[in-house]
Amino acid sequence: MSADLRTRLGQLELPSPILAASGCAGAGRELAQFTDVARIGAVITKSLTLEPRAGNPAPRLAETPSGILSSPGLQGPGIDGFLQRDLPWLLSRGARAVVSIAGHTVREYAELAVRLSDSAGVSAIEVNLGCPDAASAGRPFALDPAAAGQVMTQVRGSARYDIPVFAKLSPEVTDIVSVARACVSSGADGLSLINTVPGMSIDPVSLRPALAGIFGGLSGPAIRPLAVRCVWQVREAFPDVPIIGVGGVRTGRDAMEFLVAGAAMVAVGTVLFHDPSACSRIQRELEEELMAHGVDRVTDLVGRAHESAGFAVDRLSWS
Amino acid sequence: MAPVQVRGTVLTVRRVDAYVAMTVVAPAIATKFRPGQFVAVAVGGPSTGMLARRTFSVHDVRPDHGGTVEFVFLPREPGAEWLADCRSRDVLDIVGPLGRPFPVPRDPASCLLVGVGPGTAPLFALAAKLAERGCQADFLLGAESADRVFGALTAKRTGRVAMITTSDGSLGSRGSVIDLLPTVVQQARTDVIYASGPLGILRAVSGLAGRYAIPVQALVSEPAMTCGTGLCMGCVLPAVGTDGITRMVRACVDGPVFRGDLVRWDDVGTIPFDALGAPGWKSRGGAGAGAATGATPAPEERKHVG
Repeated sequence: MSADLRTRLGQLELPSPILAASGCAGAGRELAQFTDVARIGAVITKSLTLEPRAGNPAPRLAETPSGILSSPGLQGPGIDGFLQRDLPWLLSRGARAVVSIAGHTVREYAELAVRLSDSAGVSAIEVNLGCPDAASAGRPFALDPAAAGQVMTQVRGSARYDIPVFAKLSPEVTDIVSVARACVSSGADGLSLINTVPGMSIDPVSLRPALAGIFGGLSGPAIRPLAVRCVWQVREAFPDVPIIGVGGVRTGRDAMEFLVAGAAMVAVGTVLFHDPSACSRIQRELEEELMAHGVDRVTDLVGRAHESAGFAVDRLSWS
Repeated sequence: MAPVQVRGTVLTVRRVDAYVAMTVVAPAIATKFRPGQFVAVAVGGPSTGMLARRTFSVHDVRPDHGGTVEFVFLPREPGAEWLADCRSRDVLDIVGPLGRPFPVPRDPASCLLVGVGPGTAPLFALAAKLAERGCQADFLLGAESADRVFGALTAKRTGRVAMITTSDGSLGSRGSVIDLLPTVVQQARTDVIYASGPLGILRAVSGLAGRYAIPVQALVSEPAMTCGTGLCMGCVLPAVGTDGITRMVRACVDGPVFRGDLVRWDDVGTIPFDALGAPGWKSRGGAGAGAATGATPAPEERKHVG
């Protein structure tokens, strides 16, 4: 017997709740050498911009305890290159594409949503709200509920009705629920929690910042408890909004932690740098965990940690 | 050609002067390997806090035990120290062979192999392959001191010429490989240069070779790689494409071997203003969207936006 990992994303059925996280899997091509991209839930692409971007100078990454500090600066081919080369390739491999978009103005986000809606095969849009807002002196959209809401209103209004739109939020706020509320009330169909956490590291030899961009986003197992807390809080506030949990997932057990905290899907990111076949492995481990807990369907697990202890025990003993 | 991820058993760990040479049983990697390619090794065990893979040029592959891979490193940082402490029969998670190998001439040619420090290691497999093609291989090796010159004996044994330089003069002549390069190139009538070492050396070799109109294939080891597989976008450097456009290319998948004349050595560690997608860069001058973003230079180029 094997557990049923199928998960719904909008109108779509995914074979698994395990996704490849944005920015850690390119557009799937490199990943496909180590993982069958058709068998994981979806590939969330590296955030796309309207124009090609060269990104930030090197060094862009630094290893920190159980984490990676990074500031690649959105290097990418731009939407045209993606639609011409990357999306058709992903679809030809039988993979599902969740396309992450990034902009510096509300208009850029909206235009990206329009462009993606015009092309077939986009399973969902993930709106990377971690980008600096040109209209508010470079403050990221995700830090301001009003700015985040504006972006989501525009993207939801521009994207085709049957493409679910997820907002990716930053944990660097005093109240993540208020940002989540702004996004949900502006039409976001779901939320991705969390983006990287700003951090810094100094090279012990040169005594200079380790990254050319000075600050970077911290990711990896170091931030997992932070991500689980955010998922839990948002799930408490909006039990019906689907959540993609992301932040330091390394094993099937970690993925299960996100699921029971309230995530419907779990994205694997930084750990792919360490183990490029992590998505398949975590999927397998998750299946084993489900069977060990006597759970038949992964959807039965979502949000289970929120149930009162008495009820949870009761359910386990009857199943 | 596609790389594989395998669990390889450590066969031997040897000290070679300042270096550690590690041989791992990995037939799937050994059979696909071509000189210049590298492996990416996970360090620290299954629940390690060190998430970056350590990447090493392959020194040699041998057919024993179905296929072994050997790489060489300086145990200078925690990940490499952990590796150096591994013993025979330990099992490593290793990905390879990765990257673009050294292209080799179709017809016999006089080749000069320039290596500095640990960058010397990948040159010996190349020399063997060049010999198969009937090419002459001359070595010009350098390091800070005698214990950092890797493979001096092998070079003397297998090369037509083997010149050694050290910064402190403890082996060969005092100075840098760059000091000897013009003389060696002229005396050996070099047709092709293969270079592997720090960026400064590669820049100087490429510059000199350009003056003599000799093609250079340079193996870069900076900027440091984090994943080795093309996922993390960390190891980028500016290189000119055959279409004349500068792009930020990844050393791990577009390299690590590059044509020396195509890498913009002076601009490594920067985003050249004319690179594709650099701030202020204009696309085709067409679409309205392009004009809009072009007019608003991304203000946060040096901030975290990822």
